Amino acid sequence: MAEPTVIPIGSGEERVIRARHGLVAVDFQELWRYRELFVFLAWRDILVRYKQTALGIAWAILQPFLTTVVFTVIFGRIAKFPSEGAPYAVITLAALLPWNYFSNAMSESSASLVLSSNMISKTYFPRLIIPASAILSGIIDFLISVAMLAVFMIVYRVPLRPEILLMPVFFLVCVLAAFAVGVWLSALNVKYRDVKYIVPFFTRIGLYVSPVGFLSSIVPERWRLLYNLNPMVGVIDGFRWCVLGGKFTPYWPGFLVSVAVMLTLAITGLVYFRTAEKKFADII
Amino acid sequence: MSKPVVSVRGIGKRYTLGIKQDYDTLRDRIAQRAMKLFTGKSENDDAKTFWALRDISFDIAQGEVVGVIGRNGAGKSTLLKVLSQITEPTEGEVRIRGRVASLLEVGTGFHPELTGRENIFLNGAILGMPHSEIRKKFDEIVAFSEVADFIDTPVKRYSSGMYVRLAFAVAAHLDPEILVVDEVLAVGDVAFRKKCMGKMGEVAKGGRTVFFVSHSMSAVQLLCSRGLLLEAGGLKLDAPAHTVVSRYLSNFAASSGEVVDLSAMKRKGTGRALLRTLQIRALDAKGAPTEVAQTGCDLEIKVTVEAVTSVQSVNAAVIVYDSSGYRLIDVNTAIKGCFLELPAGGKSEVRFLLRDTLLNAGTYFVGLWLGVGGVEAIDDIEFAASFEVVHDFRESAHSEVFPGTYKCRFEMQMK
Repeated sequence: MAEPTVIPIGSGEERVIRARHGLVAVDFQELWRYRELFVFLAWRDILVRYKQTALGIAWAILQPFLTTVVFTVIFGRIAKFPSEGAPYAVITLAALLPWNYFSNAMSESSASLVLSSNMISKTYFPRLIIPASAILSGIIDFLISVAMLAVFMIVYRVPLRPEILLMPVFFLVCVLAAFAVGVWLSALNVKYRDVKYIVPFFTRIGLYVSPVGFLSSIVPERWRLLYNLNPMVGVIDGFRWCVLGGKFTPYWPGFLVSVAVMLTLAITGLVYFRTAEKKFADII
Repeated sequence: MSKPVVSVRGIGKRYTLGIKQDYDTLRDRIAQRAMKLFTGKSENDDAKTFWALRDISFDIAQGEVVGVIGRNGAGKSTLLKVLSQITEPTEGEVRIRGRVASLLEVGTGFHPELTGRENIFLNGAILGMPHSEIRKKFDEIVAFSEVADFIDTPVKRYSSGMYVRLAFAVAAHLDPEILVVDEVLAVGDVAFRKKCMGKMGEVAKGGRTVFFVSHSMSAVQLLCSRGLLLEAGGLKLDAPAHTVVSRYLSNFAASSGEVVDLSAMKRKGTGRALLRTLQIRALDAKGAPTEVAQTGCDLEIKVTVEAVTSVQSVNAAVIVYDSSGYRLIDVNTAIKGCFLELPAGGKSEVRFLLRDTLLNAGTYFVGLWLGVGGVEAIDDIEFAASFEVVHDFRESAHSEVFPGTYKCRFEMQMK
């Protein structure tokens, strides 16, 4: 691991601890000071992810692979959904990449605060680091899926396009969307353990509501803006476009809606988190 | 005097008690809102609040080692949590100059699946130690923890002693300007505890400011220069450590032969059986009770126990502390191979006779404990009563009482 430069935490300055009232802003300076902890927690989550599993990291290949096979057979072969002439397996896998990352990051992040209750009630650090670092636990899985996608593209003779260079941009939107939802749900989870039941429901339903097994172009034109209120719609369309180009150009107004929803969720989530944070140690 | 490193002004911390103690569910919340619509009153209005801390003010200068003492529930832990920024005060403010490291529990954030080595880095990061610093001190930490052979084994395979040693080792090598410590010395075996105390003493002598919560009065006296006595959330006394310790100990009832009712005492334990009464009497050489306990007398300590549920293999112990809280005597039934076996509701009286107690004149404190092996503390009263020992002038040609706790009988030749 690279060795980051060190700034002693809080050294020299005077710190005032008192009750904060109303809405609380995010203290980016403090978050920056604690960046090492962020890296460590993310690293820990990645390390322990497949410890004591028989198949280990193979799970990161098996899961998307089997889902791709099933979706290709059901949606591509049996239901015969339109594919614009592209191989259905690539269409599915290109969508599974961001979706799997998103659903994993969202679940990990939502549960993260409650799972760290011990740390929260015994030490101080900016609490935001916990749901934020949990977002990254699936990053290795994502990279493995990307490699798998490359293999699929070779097998199905899908040529590389310049659009592929934009994939990191869409991935960033995906990460931020997971972060936005994760921040909201993790903070809510501290107070309302209902979140535990909501999250699996979200991820299960979300897989079918988001355009993973089908193309979002089958949604009637007049509903598409509305459909894009689900931020993952814009992300998935973007990924498909990066891989297959041409006919898969995203519906840009819809993409903007997705991004706007994501940003709104993120900003309100951060404000809610910071405000609820004051009570975390007392009620967790 | 230079500016204080910690300045506390009128802090208070209020908790809400009652129905909402744990966590809500949305359903409750919705039901409550609905009820409020109809009755104009919510369940929450009935919730009681209580102040865990109230009106606490003090200043701490650089390098002071402060012992925070008080009974369970007096607000010690809450005070440390406020100082280490874990929880926000409801009122008042704290100004802190310098880097704070809090050590309220050893091994915070340890992950069982990670190896000792990995956990050192992780735990260090959680406690605010920069990566480069942990790397620099890594060998020292491993040496201190005495688990070098297992450093690449996941900590879930560690014995609890190894786990604690590793955790304390990381914490002991933190280098903060202000250290906040809660009872962490009460872990591990005796040798390691001694090592920890030594390390704490070093930290204290190194000019750091330390806040130290402990139930061990001798540890407080040994390490601290200043004491804060908390009582029911308020700051009762802020004075030199030894003054605060003796004041704290003087709160416990003195006993001069009468039967002490233990029912209202502060206690810990699972409560499957309860200590009911305690009687301490001094006996003379013929076994007759005397008015006062003299150095070298026999002490008779009678304890009655009542079982709540049926209990087996219960060890009953009597512990005698000196006025600084140092444990002098620990007698128990297990030493004699005897245990209490009681049906629910069953009662028993245990009588200990302590022979030739060569205690110097002074005040002593008696603690009582019921438990099963090292597994379960059934009932535990830290300070149940105190008794006075007076000097036996027949044994001494000198009227002055010399210091020292143990008055060894001795002979002497002079040439």
